[in-house]
Amino acid sequence: MSDIAISIENVSKSYRLGVIGTGTFYGDLKRWWARQLGKPDPYLKLGQVDHGNRKGQTIWALENVNIKINQGEAVGIIGRNGAGKSTLLKILSRVTAPTEGVVKVKGRIASLLEVGTGFHSQLTGRENIYLNGAINGMTRADVTRKLDEIVFFSGVEQFIDTPVKRYSSGMYVRLAFSVAAHLDPDILVVDEVLAVGDVEFQKRCLGKMNDVVGQGRTVLFVSHNMGAIQSLCQQGIVFQRGRMIFSGTQSEAIRHYVDSVNKPEVFLSDASSRPGSGQIRIVKAYLRDADGSPLSAVQSGQDVYICLRYKAGSNYAGGAVKTGIIVYDQQGIAIFTHASVIQGIEFKKVPDEGVFICRIPRLPLPASNYFVECSVKVDNEYSDRVENALNLEVVHGDFFGTGFFPGDRQTMCLVDGEWMLEA
Amino acid sequence: MTSSEINSAQENWSLIIRPQRAWWDLQLGEIWRYRDLILLFVWRDFVAYYKQTILGPLWYLIQPILTTVVFTIIFGNIAQLSTDGLPPFLFYLAGNTVWVYFSACVTSTADTFAGNAAIFGKVYFPRLCVPISIVLSNLISFGIRLGVFLGFLVYFLLNGANAHLTWWALILPILLIIMAGLGLGFGLIISSLTTKYRDLQQLVGFGVQLMMYGTTVIYPFSSVEGGFRWLLLLNPMTPIVEMFRMAFLGTSSLEPVYLIYSLVFMLIALLVGILIFNHVEATFMDTV
Repeated sequence: MSDIAISIENVSKSYRLGVIGTGTFYGDLKRWWARQLGKPDPYLKLGQVDHGNRKGQTIWALENVNIKINQGEAVGIIGRNGAGKSTLLKILSRVTAPTEGVVKVKGRIASLLEVGTGFHSQLTGRENIYLNGAINGMTRADVTRKLDEIVFFSGVEQFIDTPVKRYSSGMYVRLAFSVAAHLDPDILVVDEVLAVGDVEFQKRCLGKMNDVVGQGRTVLFVSHNMGAIQSLCQQGIVFQRGRMIFSGTQSEAIRHYVDSVNKPEVFLSDASSRPGSGQIRIVKAYLRDADGSPLSAVQSGQDVYICLRYKAGSNYAGGAVKTGIIVYDQQGIAIFTHASVIQGIEFKKVPDEGVFICRIPRLPLPASNYFVECSVKVDNEYSDRVENALNLEVVHGDFFGTGFFPGDRQTMCLVDGEWMLEA
Repeated sequence: MTSSEINSAQENWSLIIRPQRAWWDLQLGEIWRYRDLILLFVWRDFVAYYKQTILGPLWYLIQPILTTVVFTIIFGNIAQLSTDGLPPFLFYLAGNTVWVYFSACVTSTADTFAGNAAIFGKVYFPRLCVPISIVLSNLISFGIRLGVFLGFLVYFLLNGANAHLTWWALILPILLIIMAGLGLGFGLIISSLTTKYRDLQQLVGFGVQLMMYGTTVIYPFSSVEGGFRWLLLLNPMTPIVEMFRMAFLGTSSLEPVYLIYSLVFMLIALLVGILIFNHVEATFMDTV
């Protein structure tokens, strides 16, 4: 069996909620004095319960996490915000200590929770390379040896002796990442650094990380970017509310993640403020996949079924029903629409209850949040219209089947295409 | 994996992260490994601080001279405090040269956690590197101020002033080590406490200034009578300032043996400081 590079054993981390102590010595003294006299805590907020132990509430950011990561594995860690991913990375990077448990590491570990930590704006690019390298554990000799390579990779050769405060933000990040890329650790821990920089830079980062993986080093990668995780990591770990809920191959992990996030269903039973005759009212809108299981987030390129559960009102006389949806982005721009008339059909004499389903094959949307508006017409007259019926969360997925994913805001929709050369 | 396999694998872990290190586990070896970082911090502070000032390192000269001129006018001419028969300007310059090193060490190391939270929150290196580098970079400014002092000393000597350089000047490195240790020790204790009590930060500058009046910076030890003498002797900085004057100006009424008290005080303060600092550093990111 392969060697274990990182062994995380029963690791838990708790944080105290709210302000720890009163923040001032005088405040703590007053609190202590009040306690001696048996009076209530003078610093307690109104409505806050005075706990017997007065230790305040604690929140467990990580609970009893056990992970073993083999040498040479690239592992993606996914989970919602607050699931404990970043806390785990902080513990691995030794920025903070675990509350319980032990982490054992074999080999030199470098963590990139941020690129360019400790950059000083007054210093030149070259000077900052040395400083940043040393902060990340390189010796001066190490940096000198790799200096040419770092400068070349960053692409800011001309400005290397200019103070970095005169750099554009792109140059700054490129230089910072370049140092990080040349740390050459045995284990690399990366947090969301790809979220910065332009598309070309992101690709360069991914390429460099691919190299690192290819060299048989261990990589731990946290990202919301499913596409990046999918193209980089073979193994995946899913976190939810401080616990590891899944560990396995990457594609399984992503499926698990998409399933695990709680399943929001919008109930629309209160129709009093909505326009329309009310012959047919939509009572619930939700998403499901081809197998019929509910979805809360959809991957780009996945087949998705937008379901509109309805109830017929007492005034429904059995007219023909037409349905439609419009998908808006967060700026309120309509991205696409679909309706039964497009297909050239209408539903004649629908039963009292049922579900209208709109199947969108290979969802052509890049990762973002969208809103779905839906409407129902009976005999060409509005029966119901819900402006914000459904929140459609799209996460990165392999739409093109090539592992390529577009950067944020680079495209509003995904279309198939083909390139060829004729001479 | 069987338990014997686990045991054999455990032997070559290169890093074990635990909830809390033992009090005495100072990881001094690791600080040595990061010595390049310490030197780079020193150099960064020096370069970055003066890069955009018009006068550059000249500030190192202007500061002590102006302070000394003010001291000379207020304490020498107006208040007419004794200077043990020394030229007042030289007397105050000597006291100021030593004192500023100590006070700079305390006030800037006291800011270690609060001032570096952004870096400490993102990357690990032995946190002690920062205060150590501060003490070292203050050494540079001390060197420049010492040069200024020596320049004036030579000028005054050539003009026949009542002062003389003695062989005691050779103990300057020891004085510096004690001061650096004291400054570091105080600074570490304060910076560790400021992770919980921000208001201590306010106290530092103020407290150090008050302490100056409790040290023989603007008056000689010989001018103090009675019970206050003991109070002055409790202050570990008093023997250092007095010894510095004795070494370079040739007058002091304090026996050199009191320096041992300063040394012991320094060692205790430094040890306590490092222990507390070491204890706080593991989890300070959660509280700061």
